Amino acid sequence: MKLPVTITVNGRALARDVEPRLLLVHFLRDVAGLTGTKIGCDTSQCGACTVLVDGIAVKSCTCLAAQADGSDITTIEGLATDGQLHALQDAFWNTHGLQCGFCTPGMVLAAHELLRTTGTPTPEQIRHGLEGNMCRCTGYQNIVRAVQHAAAAAGGAR
Amino acid sequence: MTVTAAPSRVFGSGIRRREDPRLLTGTARYTDDMVLPGMVHAAILRSTHAHARIRRIDTSRAAAAPGVLAVFTAADAENVLKPVPCLWLVPDTNLKIGTYRALAKDVVRYVGDAVAVVVAESPYQAHDALDLIAVDYERLPAVVDPKKAAEPGAPQLHDVAPDNIAFHWTVAGGDIDAAFASAEVVVRDRIVQQRLIPTAMEPRSALAHFVPATGELTLWNTTQNPHIVRFATSVVTGIPEDRLRVIAPEVGGGFGSKIAQYPGDLITVMCSMKLGRPVKWTESRSENYQATTHGRDHVQDVEVAATRDGRVTGLRCTVWAGMGGYLSTAAPGIPTILHGLMLSGPYRIPAVKEDVFGVYTNTTPVEAYRGAGRPEATFMLERMMDKVAQATGLDPVEVRRRNLIPPFENGHDVVTGLKYDSGNYEGALAKALTHVDYDGLRAEQQEARKRGRYIGIGVATYVEICGLGPSQVAGAVGFQGGLWESAIVRFHPSGKVNVFIGASPHGQGEETTFAQIVADELGVGVNDVKVIHGDTENTPMGWGTYGSRTTAVGGAALAVATRKIKEKAKLLASHLLEAAVEDIDYAGGRFFVRGVPDTYKTIQDIALLANVAWNLPQGMEPGLEATSFYDPPNFTYPFGAHVAVVEIDAETGHVQLTRYVAVDDCGPQINPVIVEGQVHGGVVQGIGQALWEQAVYDDNGQLLTGSLADYAIPRADVLPDIEVLSTVTPSPHHPLGVKGIGEAGTIASTCAVYNAVMDALTPFRVQSIQMPLTPERVWRAIQDQRKGA
Repeated sequence: MKLPVTITVNGRALARDVEPRLLLVHFLRDVAGLTGTKIGCDTSQCGACTVLVDGIAVKSCTCLAAQADGSDITTIEGLATDGQLHALQDAFWNTHGLQCGFCTPGMVLAAHELLRTTGTPTPEQIRHGLEGNMCRCTGYQNIVRAVQHAAAAAGGAR
Repeated sequence: MTVTAAPSRVFGSGIRRREDPRLLTGTARYTDDMVLPGMVHAAILRSTHAHARIRRIDTSRAAAAPGVLAVFTAADAENVLKPVPCLWLVPDTNLKIGTYRALAKDVVRYVGDAVAVVVAESPYQAHDALDLIAVDYERLPAVVDPKKAAEPGAPQLHDVAPDNIAFHWTVAGGDIDAAFASAEVVVRDRIVQQRLIPTAMEPRSALAHFVPATGELTLWNTTQNPHIVRFATSVVTGIPEDRLRVIAPEVGGGFGSKIAQYPGDLITVMCSMKLGRPVKWTESRSENYQATTHGRDHVQDVEVAATRDGRVTGLRCTVWAGMGGYLSTAAPGIPTILHGLMLSGPYRIPAVKEDVFGVYTNTTPVEAYRGAGRPEATFMLERMMDKVAQATGLDPVEVRRRNLIPPFENGHDVVTGLKYDSGNYEGALAKALTHVDYDGLRAEQQEARKRGRYIGIGVATYVEICGLGPSQVAGAVGFQGGLWESAIVRFHPSGKVNVFIGASPHGQGEETTFAQIVADELGVGVNDVKVIHGDTENTPMGWGTYGSRTTAVGGAALAVATRKIKEKAKLLASHLLEAAVEDIDYAGGRFFVRGVPDTYKTIQDIALLANVAWNLPQGMEPGLEATSFYDPPNFTYPFGAHVAVVEIDAETGHVQLTRYVAVDDCGPQINPVIVEGQVHGGVVQGIGQALWEQAVYDDNGQLLTGSLADYAIPRADVLPDIEVLSTVTPSPHHPLGVKGIGEAGTIASTCAVYNAVMDALTPFRVQSIQMPLTPERVWRAIQDQRKGA
C-alpha cells in the first residue's frame, strides 16, 4: 500500500506515493534527493536529522513522511538564500563551530529553533537548548560561540 | 617597482576553514549520500549470540522476499574472500591469529559477528528480508572480561589460542627488581580502563561497484586510510591494486574506528562482485555499536616504587588487554608499542617492566580509539603519581616536579628505548598551574571543606608519541606497511597550485592547514592552493590519518615538496635573470639577484614560464611540480599539563566539572584556531571516559549499551568551557617543527578529571572507583567509607 503525500521541501512541492512506514528523513534523502540531512543514530538521540517542519525544529527520524503531508520543510540546503549563508551558517564558519561536519546540518537547524524561541540565549541556555544534538568532534564549545555570534548578528540586524 | 614587505605569514594564522561552506550547506557528500545508476542495497544479519556454533542457516524465505536479489552466507564467500588480515604482527609475542572471516563460518564469536547478507532493490526490503533468515545456533559459553578470559577453564574462542592469549608482549628497562628491593615507598592499584565505543557521528558505509567486463572495483568507503583499504581489499579479494580504486569522500569523524579493514565493507564488495551491480551498505548506529571497533578495555595491575621524598624509582605492571573476538587490523600494536613504550611518560623513571597479555573475548573487536594506548599509559602513570603523593605526604604537583625530565631541545633517551625529540614539561606544568591559580584553589578547597563542600583538583602531565613514524621502526615492530607519507605539489600555468596528498583527513581541517603550509613556503595566496585527498586514483600513496600523524608526516612531505619546487624555480630564475644561481635570493614568493630586489620574477612568473617551456635552461624538464616521499627520522612527542577542577555533591555523588585548563605543546601551530578545536574535542572525549562512557556487556556477552540511548557520550549541557593554552617547543627533526595535536586532549584529560574526583573525596578516604565516575558509583564509594568508619 502506498499513500499519496505532498510535501513542500525548500519551497518546492513534491507529490509522491510513499510507503506508510517511510520516515521523513528517508523521504528527504532518498525521495527528494536532499542528502544534507544526516542519519547518525536509530534512537532519536543524535539530532543529525533535524529539519524545520513548518518552521519548527523536528528530528526527521521521529516523523513519518505521511505525517508531514501538507507540511513545509526546510532542510540545511534551504537555509541559505540567494547564495548568501544564513547568519547561523556564517557564525559556525567564523567560530570554527564544526569539524567533520556530520552533525552540523542538524546542529544548525536546532540552533535555529533555539534562536527562534529564545532570542539572545545565554551560554547555559545554548548548552541546554542543544543537548538533543550530539557532536563528537568539537566538544560543543565553538558551537556555543557560534550560536552566540549568530544571536548577536541577528540582534544587530533588528 | 619596489619589493614590498612580505605579507604576514599565513602559517600560524587562524584563518577560517575552506572545508566549511560545503559542510554548512549540505552539499558535502559522505559515502551514504552517494547514488549510482542501478545501485542496490545490502543489509547484514548479525549474530545475536556472543558465542555459538552455527548449525544451519535457512535463507530460502529471505531469498523469495519482495525486491531481494540475493542472500549470501559464509559458503558463498568461500572462494571470493580470504580472511580479514591482521596487519600489525608484533614480533616476539607468540602471536596467535584466530581466523577472521568476513562472514562467520561454523562459529560466531561476538554479538554482531556477520552471518549473512541480503541484497535488495531498496534498503527497507533488504532489512525486511533479514527477519526471514532462520539461523539455528548452538549456544556456547561466553567470556567478556579480559582477565577472566585468560584464566584456566575460561571458554575458548580460537583453536590456535587454547588459553585465549592472542599475544604476550613484554617491555623492560633498568633494574626493576633492585628498584622494588630498595623502595622506601611502594604503591599499588588495579586500574580498569573500561571499554569505550568511539561513536564517530557518521556510521560506517561502503558503496562497491565492481565492473565484471573490466575486472575493476571502485569502493567508496568511510575510512581514515583509503590506500590501506585498497591494499588490504586487494589482498582479501585478489583484485589487483591497479584495478582497485578506493575513495574516501567526506568522512564524518573516525577517532580510530575507521582505520580497520572491516568485514562489512568486504561483504559489500563481494555482493557487487557476484551481482555485477553497485551495492551500498550503511550501518545503523546500533549496528555500529556492535560491529564497528571499540577501544581501551584494559585491566591493569600496577605498582610503583619510590623514595620517601617522592622520587619514582620503578614501575611494574601487568596488563590484560581485551582484543574482542578477532584481532582487528592494527589491534596488537596498540596495548604494546603505543602503550608500553610510553610507560615512563614525562618522568625520569630508571626502571620499568610491563607484561601485556592480548586476550580474546566474546566481544566486538578492539582497535585504536583516540589516543590508542597512550591514554591507558598516561592514566596509569598519573594515577600512580597521585598515589605516591598520598603515600609521601607531598603535594601531587611537587611529586611531578621532582620526577619530570628537565627541558631538552634535541633528544632525550628514556628507559623503554625511545628517544623523545624535545620537551619542556616543567614549562607546561608551570603555565597550567599559574593560569588555574593552583595555590589559590588549594586554599579555596580547604575553606570549602570546612563548609561541607567537596572541591577536587586534578593534575595530569603527559608526553605522547605520534607522527608515526620511521618506516624502519614500523617494520621492526611488525607493522605490515610503511609509515611515510607522500605529496605532489603542482603549479598550473596560471600560478595556482594543486596539492595531492596520500593522507586522508576527516574533519581535522588539513585542506586548510596544508594550504597554509604551501602558501607560506611558496609565497602564493592561500586561496590559490587547493588540497586534494581521499581518492587512491588521483593521490599518491599514503598510510592514512591516525596517530596524530597527518600534519606531522604528511605536512613534512608537503614542506619538502615545496622546497624542491623552490630549488627548481631558483634555477629557472637564474636563467631568466641571467645570473649565477648562487646569486639568486628568494623572499616572499619573489626571486631576484642579490642586491637588486627591484628586478625579480615571481613564483607565478616562473610557474608560467616553466609550463610553457619556451625558454628553459639546457636540460631542464618543463613544468613546475614536485613529488616527495617523507619518511620521518623519529616520532614526534607532543606534551602538556592539564588541570581539572570538580565539585562533588556528597549526598548524590554527582560530579560537577567546574573548570578545565589544558596546556598543550604541539610545536609551532599552523592554525591556532584549529589546534584549539582539536584540544576541545579531545579533552571532552577524555572527560567522557572519566565520567560517563562505558561499553557494558552482560556475562552472556550481550552488549547492554547497544544504542545511543544507552551509551552516554557527552552532551553540550554537561560541560564547562575548556580553557586552552599552549607552549611552543619545536621538534628538532621536523622540517616545520610541528608535532601533532589530534589526540593530546584525550590522552591527558581522563586522568586529570579522575584525579580531581579522587582529590575531592580525600576526606572520605576513598582509594579507587571504577570509571566511569557516575553519581551512583561515587555515592556508593562515599557510603562504603562512611559505613566502614
